[in-house]
Amino acid sequence: MREINVGPASAFADPGRKLIESEGLEVGIFKLGGEFFAYENVCPHIGGPACQGKIIAKVEEDVAEDRTSQGFVFSKTKINVVCPWHGFEFDIRTGRHHGNPRYRLKPIKVRVEDGQVIVSLPDEKKPQNTTVQPTPDGNASRPVF
Amino acid sequence: MLERAPTPGFRELDEITTKTDTRDILSHATKQAESYEDYFLVDIDAHVTETQFWPEIIGRVDNEVIRQMGEAQFMRPGQGTTALLNAVPGMTYQPLHGRIPHQAGLLEPVEGKGCHHFTELARRSMDSMGIDYQIVFPTPMLLLGMHPQEDIEVALSKAYNRWATECILPEDPRLKGLAYLPFNTPEACCDEVKRYADDPNIIGFTVTSTRNRPIHHNRYMRLYSMIEESGKPLAWHSGFNWGDPSFAQLNRFISMHSLSFVHYSLIHMTNWIINGLPERFPKIKLLWVESGCAWIPFLMQRLDHEYMMRSCEAPALKRLPSEYMRDMYYTTQPLERSNLKILQCTLEAFKAETQLLFASDWPHWDFDPPSSITTLPFLSDVAKRNILGLNAARLFNLEVKHMKPRAKDVLAARPGLS
Repeated sequence: MREINVGPASAFADPGRKLIESEGLEVGIFKLGGEFFAYENVCPHIGGPACQGKIIAKVEEDVAEDRTSQGFVFSKTKINVVCPWHGFEFDIRTGRHHGNPRYRLKPIKVRVEDGQVIVSLPDEKKPQNTTVQPTPDGNASRPVF
Repeated sequence: MLERAPTPGFRELDEITTKTDTRDILSHATKQAESYEDYFLVDIDAHVTETQFWPEIIGRVDNEVIRQMGEAQFMRPGQGTTALLNAVPGMTYQPLHGRIPHQAGLLEPVEGKGCHHFTELARRSMDSMGIDYQIVFPTPMLLLGMHPQEDIEVALSKAYNRWATECILPEDPRLKGLAYLPFNTPEACCDEVKRYADDPNIIGFTVTSTRNRPIHHNRYMRLYSMIEESGKPLAWHSGFNWGDPSFAQLNRFISMHSLSFVHYSLIHMTNWIINGLPERFPKIKLLWVESGCAWIPFLMQRLDHEYMMRSCEAPALKRLPSEYMRDMYYTTQPLERSNLKILQCTLEAFKAETQLLFASDWPHWDFDPPSSITTLPFLSDVAKRNILGLNAARLFNLEVKHMKPRAKDVLAARPGLS
């Protein structure tokens, strides 16, 4: 693995992110609730730049005890990043799609050391494969790494 | 010991917004295109947001009173881009409430390119996705079939056709168009067919399917005869309409949009088949655009089933409805890929290898890149090449010629890495 210092943790907004490209590999590094998460910038749907989209709270339906709908509300705890190609939303903490968790962004190791945000990238220097091969049931498709 | 300063050797990327360059939005598609670079690729359905250039089109309305009506709306702040159009509920929901910027607007800078603003945008999308030819359709005008004023549909259709053939299509041999037919006025459609039958940049004709006109009515027979004689295909381009009474029951855009495109394709195809139009116009080439593919085997089975019991109500038919449908052409987008086994059966049902044409629908929110086809594991290489370009070349009589730049050159020119 090669380690890259992408800058001080204090430079990140919360929620916020930094998007980097190194040796052909694109990575999104997110800060949320004081924690850091990082993913490859490839949507498991069809290869879009998922980490480069809008950061927004998950939309939920407010269902009352009598099972009547009280309308839409933004989640107070779950924050998503939205792939700008088609709108697939991924929980920043898990990298997974809420409705189909088999759709998942590929995680990248990230840690904070001496106040610096460090990501660990594969040594292998080859262009990122953005071509996503669908699985037979159409779910859990993943980039071919 | 950890370096205190950020490690050299990485570049930063920006969030994608409405101002991001198309080549950056689609850079992952360009990387995908490296794997199919030798394919000849035709995109049958891409879109111009014509309201971005609406004054140019309104200015070409031939009726002076209607032109003045349109131009007068430009004086009202915020009203100009919808002048004379029949906006329907939901049009502004398409960008998914800020989540899909390219649907909201391609507002990137394009100055100094020596061509029309749209031509440059189209080139960037073609280059980024590895496309050799692209056929361009309008966007808000897809709903003109529901306009209560037939003369407005005629005026805007003719003005759009003039704008496309004067301003856009002559600028790039990779861009092609279909003449927009104001179907609610058949005589005006015939005029447009006559006007563009020999135009090399107009490679067919299109009727927007979002309308309530029975397409089998006798008043359309002269039009179909003229199109058949021209040898150019007729494309039925579907769309959505939340104003339809049936869809007024659906409270969310996702629900209406999932059903509405297919709804209009089902109705028009059924009328075309059951009234025996394939027997009356055996040489007309029909293309069904933007309803995906799952509706095709559904309708084949429904119509075959009922036809066997009630053939007396479709006496002009000499074959099963599904057999006529297998002679027609279809476009891919939005391709239903949630179950590959079902998709494989779907494509086999209508001989996709020879009848299916790739469509991206760029820059709309549910666009498909060419990898939506190249990654299907059950398709042979021949089938992929046919669907991605060669079927279109045969249908539209396009020269099979590689027109696109190399993907690596497109990636090198991408402006978004800092």
